[in-house]
Amino acid sequence: MEHYNMNLTLKVWKQKNTNASGSFEIYQVKDISSEMSFLEMFDVLNEQLILEGKEPIAFDHDCREGICGMCSMYINGRAHGPWEKNTTCQLHMRAFKDGDTIVVEPWRSKAFPVIKDLMVNRSAFDRIIQAGGYISVNTGNAQDANALPIDKKNADDAFMAAACIGCGACVAACKNSSAMLFVSAKVSQLALLPQGQPERESRVLNMVAQMDKEAFGNCTNTYACEAECPKGISVSNIARLNREYLSASLSTEE
Amino acid sequence: MGLTGLFLVTFLIVHAGVNACIFINDGGATFNAAAHFMSHNWVIRIMEIGLFAGLIAHILQGLLLWKQNTAARPTKYAMSAANENSKWYSRSMGILGSLLLIFLVIHISKFFVGTKVAMYADGGANDASHNLYLEMKEEFQKWWVVLIYSLGVISLFWHLLHGFQSAFQTLGINHKRYTPLIKTIGVGYTFIICLLFLLMPIAFYFGWIQ
Ligand code: HEM
Ligand code: SF4
Ligand code: FES
Repeated sequence: MEHYNMNLTLKVWKQKNTNASGSFEIYQVKDISSEMSFLEMFDVLNEQLILEGKEPIAFDHDCREGICGMCSMYINGRAHGPWEKNTTCQLHMRAFKDGDTIVVEPWRSKAFPVIKDLMVNRSAFDRIIQAGGYISVNTGNAQDANALPIDKKNADDAFMAAACIGCGACVAACKNSSAMLFVSAKVSQLALLPQGQPERESRVLNMVAQMDKEAFGNCTNTYACEAECPKGISVSNIARLNREYLSASLSTEE
Repeated sequence: MGLTGLFLVTFLIVHAGVNACIFINDGGATFNAAAHFMSHNWVIRIMEIGLFAGLIAHILQGLLLWKQNTAARPTKYAMSAANENSKWYSRSMGILGSLLLIFLVIHISKFFVGTKVAMYADGGANDASHNLYLEMKEEFQKWWVVLIYSLGVISLFWHLLHGFQSAFQTLGINHKRYTPLIKTIGVGYTFIICLLFLLMPIAFYFGWIQ
């Protein structure tokens, strides 16, 4: 791919803290390489702001290799920008042209309050995991890895669900701010494996209850989540979650 | 939502079936007989109560969804490219349903209440002479009634195009082999039902049937 430089106008959400109201600020960046990542472009902008004595833009990031799920940015109206199955750190500037204006906002959901600028608090996901995303294991030596027979199809589906990185793009893209894709991935991953069986029913009931408590919206099957998920988590997991929930509700007596 | 939606879906099959009797073009004899059966058979009368309960439950569930889901995003995005990730009608079920509701109020007050008045007012004196077919024929001579009906059916079309397959997903049915089949059946169902409903006022208006 041919390399080129570009000048861009950025419209970025600035918000002092959770309770401040916030507004867009306009920035110009020059000579951005098409081979930079979107976050590197933000690094250039922040260095420029520091030199000018202005406050840099706060944004989340950690691994910068598409596996930690921290880099939440709503870019030109899409979670993680225009590329399919992609995180912001893996979005490259060749997705844009010289002279483009790019609008960057934080995830917008009642359950993900803005901490500052583009950073949001995704602790709601952690509390959902705490409510049931674990298994019981015996202490002592680890048993032989092949001692537990697992159906190949179930192992594959569990691995696919386990690819979820908890980034929150599904919530951000959903018109209802529903967390169903995330929760369904976490429930599926354990429900499909023998290790997940002891808490199978209490897990789905508790995780869904916590999800509702966190003020996420309800799923209406628009499937926007699947389209925006960087890990390609399938909405068939949501159907599995609905099945698990239904059967757990009918078979437990609490 | 899934259960009540599918319940309404089955009701529409019967409703469209009875309506289709007008296309026999026998001056409404078959249609009136079918309509008379539907309004007088006691099994159907009991099911009618279930139908209203189901419709009301569906509307209440819809309202609750709308309330919770708008509250879940207090600050809207300044820029949203939602068409890149989902179909517009899948995101517009509340609006489409509300348009349907407006249509249903007009529809029910005209034909359902009309039949009930004939059956019970004046001790049922007008029941035997009540001709629903003729009533329809007259009603569908007015262009604005035909327009409102057409708009109602168009809302129904988009509502069902998303709703049919959505109900199965809600009930936990998503299968590599069967889901594509369910989606195809849903599209077929939606086209056939809506075409039947749409043809009715139009056929009367243009005098295709007597
Ligand atoms: C009276 C007016 C109606 C209103 C206000 C209404 C409203 C709604 C709403 C808000 C949804 C939301 C789910 C979503 O966003 O996906 C929905 C779903 C649905 N509706 Fe309706 N609706 C109405 C009439 C009907 C009728 C007449 C039918 C069928 C013949 C129907 C069938 C369905 C189905 C199958 C679903 C999908 C259920 C699911 O995904 O679980 N609706 N409706
Ligand atoms: S399901 Fe996909 S979009 Fe949602 S949190 Fe997991 S990886 Fe992110
Ligand atoms: S920074 Fe880790 S996924 Fe983007």
